[in-house]
Amino acid sequence: MSSPSDKTRRTIILTALATAVHASAPRSAAAEDDPPGSDLRPQKADLLVYAEGDHAGEVIKPQDLKPGGPPVRAWPKDPKTSVVRKGSRLNEVVIVKLDPAELDDDTRPRSADGIVAYSAICSHAGCPITAWGKAAQGEKEVLKCVCHNSEFDPRRSAQVVFGPAPRRLAALPLATADGSLTIAGTFVGKVGAQQGG
Amino acid sequence: MNMKQWLLPNLFASTCLFSITCSAGPIENYSPVTADRLKNPEPGNWMLYRRTYDGQGYSPLDQINTSNVKNMTPVWTFSTGVNEGHEAPPIVNNGVMFITTPMGQVIALNAKTGDEYWRYKRQLPDDLFQLHPTNRGVGLWQDKLYLATTDDHVVALDAKTGKVLWDTKVQDYKKGQYLTLMPLVVDGKVIVGGSGGEFGVRGYVVAFDADTGKELWRTFTIPGPGEPGHETWSGDDWKSGGGSAWMTGNYDPETRTVYWGVGNAAPWPGDTHPGDNLYTTSVLALDPDTGKIKTYFQYHQNDSWDWDEVDAPMLVDLQRDGRTFKSLIHPGRNAIFWVLERKPDKINYVAGWPFVYTDVWKGIEPETGRPIVDPAHKPVIGKRVEFCPSLWGGKDWPSAAYSQNTRLVYVPANENFCGGFTGEKTPLVPGQLWLGTKPEDIGLKVRPGATHFGELQAWDPATGKKVWSYNFPKSHLFGSVTVTAGDLVLVGGTNDRMFRAFHAKTGELLWEQKTNSGIMGMPVAYEVDGTQYIAVQSGWGVDGQRIQDALATQNNIGVENNVPQGGVVWVFAVKK
Repeated sequence: MSSPSDKTRRTIILTALATAVHASAPRSAAAEDDPPGSDLRPQKADLLVYAEGDHAGEVIKPQDLKPGGPPVRAWPKDPKTSVVRKGSRLNEVVIVKLDPAELDDDTRPRSADGIVAYSAICSHAGCPITAWGKAAQGEKEVLKCVCHNSEFDPRRSAQVVFGPAPRRLAALPLATADGSLTIAGTFVGKVGAQQGG
Repeated sequence: MNMKQWLLPNLFASTCLFSITCSAGPIENYSPVTADRLKNPEPGNWMLYRRTYDGQGYSPLDQINTSNVKNMTPVWTFSTGVNEGHEAPPIVNNGVMFITTPMGQVIALNAKTGDEYWRYKRQLPDDLFQLHPTNRGVGLWQDKLYLATTDDHVVALDAKTGKVLWDTKVQDYKKGQYLTLMPLVVDGKVIVGGSGGEFGVRGYVVAFDADTGKELWRTFTIPGPGEPGHETWSGDDWKSGGGSAWMTGNYDPETRTVYWGVGNAAPWPGDTHPGDNLYTTSVLALDPDTGKIKTYFQYHQNDSWDWDEVDAPMLVDLQRDGRTFKSLIHPGRNAIFWVLERKPDKINYVAGWPFVYTDVWKGIEPETGRPIVDPAHKPVIGKRVEFCPSLWGGKDWPSAAYSQNTRLVYVPANENFCGGFTGEKTPLVPGQLWLGTKPEDIGLKVRPGATHFGELQAWDPATGKKVWSYNFPKSHLFGSVTVTAGDLVLVGGTNDRMFRAFHAKTGELLWEQKTNSGIMGMPVAYEVDGTQYIAVQSGWGVDGQRIQDALATQNNIGVENNVPQGGVVWVFAVKK
C-alpha cells in the first residue's frame, strides 16, 4: 500500500506526463486569439450568457427561461473581466427550467428555482447536446444527443436513459444573485467524451 | 521500498500508459509493399481496401468453398478494447495483420496465431466531436503504414514497431474536418479525402509523399471561381457546399486514373444551393501525380437527400450488348444501379435501373444519364418532404463486391425504407452541425406492408437482371460484402450479430456464426502457410446503430435497440 506522499508524488508525475502530451498538441488559431480566461472551465460566481440566437452574448436571467424547456445553450462569463469563456467547447452548458418537485435529491441542491445546468458535451463521442424531446422509452422530455441518440434525464443528474453514452453529463451547480443566474461551483463529474482503447 | 524504487516501476507503467505505442515485440522479416505488389497482390494477401485496385472485393482463394464452408469454425479472436463501429477490413501482408478501430488504434497481429506484435493509440483531443467515431483501415507502402484520424491528421507508422514516423495535419478538426477512410496508396503517394459534409465544409482529395508526409497536391471537389464547373453554383454557396470525399478511391494502373466518390451537397435541402452543384454526388477521375480532374460523372444533380456517392465505383471488364468494355459499376446510395463506361478522358452513361423501391426518380435521360426527379419528393425549405429510399439510401458506404467467377455483383441493399425532413435555413457556425433541418426531425419510416428490410442482392450487370436475393425480415443490412473464388459471399451487417456465408450462384445460406456484436466491418480472405482464413471485425455502432434506433423507436415492428457494442476480430478456418 502506498503512503499519502507516494500518492501525491504519483499525481504530480501523472499530471506532468499528461501536461506534456497536452502541450505537444497543436493549438488552434482561435485559441491563440482568445482573451485570457476564455478557455478556463466555468468558475464560481460566473454569469451565464446565451451561446446562440438573437440574444447571443446577453446575460441569461431566470425569468427568461420557459418552464419545462426547451433548454438554452450557454457560455460562462467572468463578471470581473467580462470574458466569455468560449475558448473551449468543453465550457458550453445547457440550461433548462424544470418543476423543482421533479428534481431528485442529488439534483435539487445544484439547482436554482428549478433551473439546472449540465455540460453540453455528450459523454459518448463528444457531440453537442442540442435536442429536447420525449424519451425513446418514457413519457417525459429529456436532453438528447442527435449524433448517436443518447438521452439524459436532467431531473436525475442527467443520468443516461437511452443510447450508447457510458455515463451522465457533468453537472454545473447554479444559484441566483441580484436577479441573475450565477454559477455556484465547478463542474461535478467529468466533462467530455470517453476515450476508448 | 524507498521513494526511488517506487517511482521507477510506476514511471515505466506511466510511460506505457501515456506513450502511444506499447510494444509486445517487433515484427521480423516484414515484406515491404511495392507498387508491383499492390498492382498484382499475391492471392493470400489483402493489402488494399478492397484487396485490389479495381475495388471488386474479390479473393481468388478457394480452399474454403461451398462444399466445406459448413465446417468453418473460429480459430482465434481478439478484443480491441473499444466500442463503436468497427468498419475496417483486417489488412494482411504475408502473415501480418493490421487492425484499425474507432478512436484511432492500430493493432499489429500475427495473422496465424492472433498474437499481438504492437498497438498504437492515437491520443485524440479532449474537445473532439466525433459524429462518425470509426476508422476504415491502414494503407501500406514499403515498411510503413498510413492512418487517417478523426482529429484530421494523417499519421505514418513503422509497420514493424508501430512507431510514428511522420504526422501531418490535414485541416482543422475544430471546423468539422475529419478523416475516417483507409488511405489509398499509389506509387508512393498517400491519398485521402476529407469528411465533414454535415458541417458545411468544401470537400477535397489530397496526396502526401509516403516518405515525408509532405503535401503534394490538393484538389477541391467543388471548383473555385474560374475553374470548370464553378458555374453550377450560385453566389458563395460553393464555399460551404459539402462534397466531402470520405471513402477510399479505386485505381486503374493502365490509364493511371484514380476514381474517387464525392458526397452530398450541403446543407441538405436543394433550394439552399441552386444548380447542379458539381462535383457533389459524383465520381471524379483524377491523375494521381497531379490531382488534376480528368473527367467525372454526376450520379444526380442538386443533391437534397444526403445521398453521398462516396463509395468508389468498381472497375470491371464487362461484356454487355454484344461488346466488351471497361466499365464502372456503382450501386448508388440514390437507389440507382449504375453501369458506366470509363474512357481516359470521359465517363459515359451505359445503363441505370432502381435496385430498391424509390419514388424520387421518374426515369433517366438516356443520352446523358441524368436522373429525372419528381419534385414532390425533393426536400426544400419550409415544408416536410418524404422520400424513398431513406437518407441512408439503397446502399450506403458499405461495399458491394464483384465475382470474377460468377460475373455477378453482390449488393448489401436496404429495401422498404423511406425518410423525410423539414428543410430550414440555419446560419453556418464552423465546427457545428449544418444539415438544413433539425437533426431530431429526420425520419426513417418502413413502407406499409413491408416483409423485409435488408436485402443481399446478386445482379448480373450484363443484363440488368436480379439473379437472386436473400431477405432479412427483422433487420437492415449494413455491412460490406466480400466474395471469393470458392463461390462464397461473406457478409455481416444485421442486428442479430450474425456473420454469414452464402452460395454465390444461388443465394443459399450455407453457414452462419453469431458473434459478440453486430458486424459493420469488411470481411477478408487470406492465407498463411497454406491455410486459408476468413476474418472480420464485429463491433456495432455509428449508422448501423442509428438505423436500429430509428427502427426501434419510430416504427412499431418488433425490433429492439439491444445490439451490444464492443469490438472483436474474428478469424475462421475449416477444420482439417
